[in-house]
Amino acid sequence: MNKPVDSLAKRIRHYCHGLLGLAFLAPVALPADEAGNPPPYFDWQTENYEINTPLGGLTGVAERGRAIAADPLRGNCLACHQLPIPEEDFHGNLGPPLTGIASRQSTGMIRLHIVDQSRFNPETVMPGYYRPFGQLHRVAAEFRGRTYLSAQEVEDVVAYLATLK
Amino acid sequence: MKALVPILAVLLAAMPGLQAPLAGEAVSGYDYLQPDMQAMQDDLFANPGMLVVEQGEALFSTPGRNGKSCADCHGEDGARLDARRIARYPVYSEELKQAVTLHGQIQRCWKERLGNPPIGYRDEELLPLESFVRYLARGEPVNVDASGALASYYAAGRELFHRRFGQVDIACHQCHDYHAGQMFRGQVLSQGQTNGFPVYRFTEGQVTGLQERITQCLTKLRAEPFAEESPEYLDLEVYLSARSNGLRIETPAIRY
Repeated sequence: MNKPVDSLAKRIRHYCHGLLGLAFLAPVALPADEAGNPPPYFDWQTENYEINTPLGGLTGVAERGRAIAADPLRGNCLACHQLPIPEEDFHGNLGPPLTGIASRQSTGMIRLHIVDQSRFNPETVMPGYYRPFGQLHRVAAEFRGRTYLSAQEVEDVVAYLATLK
Repeated sequence: MKALVPILAVLLAAMPGLQAPLAGEAVSGYDYLQPDMQAMQDDLFANPGMLVVEQGEALFSTPGRNGKSCADCHGEDGARLDARRIARYPVYSEELKQAVTLHGQIQRCWKERLGNPPIGYRDEELLPLESFVRYLARGEPVNVDASGALASYYAAGRELFHRRFGQVDIACHQCHDYHAGQMFRGQVLSQGQTNGFPVYRFTEGQVTGLQERITQCLTKLRAEPFAEESPEYLDLEVYLSARSNGLRIETPAIRY
């Protein structure tokens, strides 16, 4: 389950990455407009376990999506998934590996997985990155009235994962 | 067919997923550590948590405002304290008509027996004293009686453990009951047992009490933590302590 860790330098990085996985103590740079308001929320619809229309009609950029997936303060996908991002160590294994995901799933299904994984598994520990936020319990003040990722960030990650064939 | 049994047993034992603890069986966070971390916890000279225990030991014999110290009642270095009683905390106090945690009892003594001004959860004396007293019961199995008067605390704590919180919208039990042993980035998830508390956390670089640890988890879920020393933390401490019944006290444990 756990890779053997040898050198002290690697060891220190190991612990630091534990901290990165837990990066909750660092302030999160939340997307906002000039007035400090959260980005607008766009409704979405599923059809046969897919969301086929991009959120808000936005176009994702795969390169940005890769950075969001690796960023412990934004997507933090590496906390739980293995991804072809070799420059980052210690990919988690709470969730399935995502290498080659686009050859297994349609883009619309990838989008729903990111938007609201609980549609597939009600007991999932994966955050619903773009779930409606009306029914949440005890959300910290700074995160109230906003989704975990913005619509643009979701589309960027979708665009990145869609390249993993 | 019988000849196949040993072969099957070897094959099954070789499958890593099947070595994971069975559901319902309490497993100490110690068992999820790598061997060198376990060795560091066991070696009291190498264990960084011992610095805090030693601070607590010094405070234990430091006189309070009225000239009395903890050692006056409980013996030098706590010699008259009973490890089995320490392992029973939190307990229900008939006198106070409420549940009392170990740190809550220390807070009481500090004020009533030593004549000191009250100390809060984050005051610098409390965590070392709690660590020292728990350390005296190292090796003793946790033995919280959650029937009887503590049953309502236990039920409330269990409910909180299963309630979803924050923007991430997951409950404690989802990670700690379903995913113990799996990797969250560089960190292995444990069952969230409390037998090692207060623990020295590598990712924090300091000794951390249970209430503070729960606060960290809630913050990670992007949830509003409970107010310091709120009833919710008491409920959770009763539930989580009883959930660790049978596990040996490891204070000061080392965790990621």
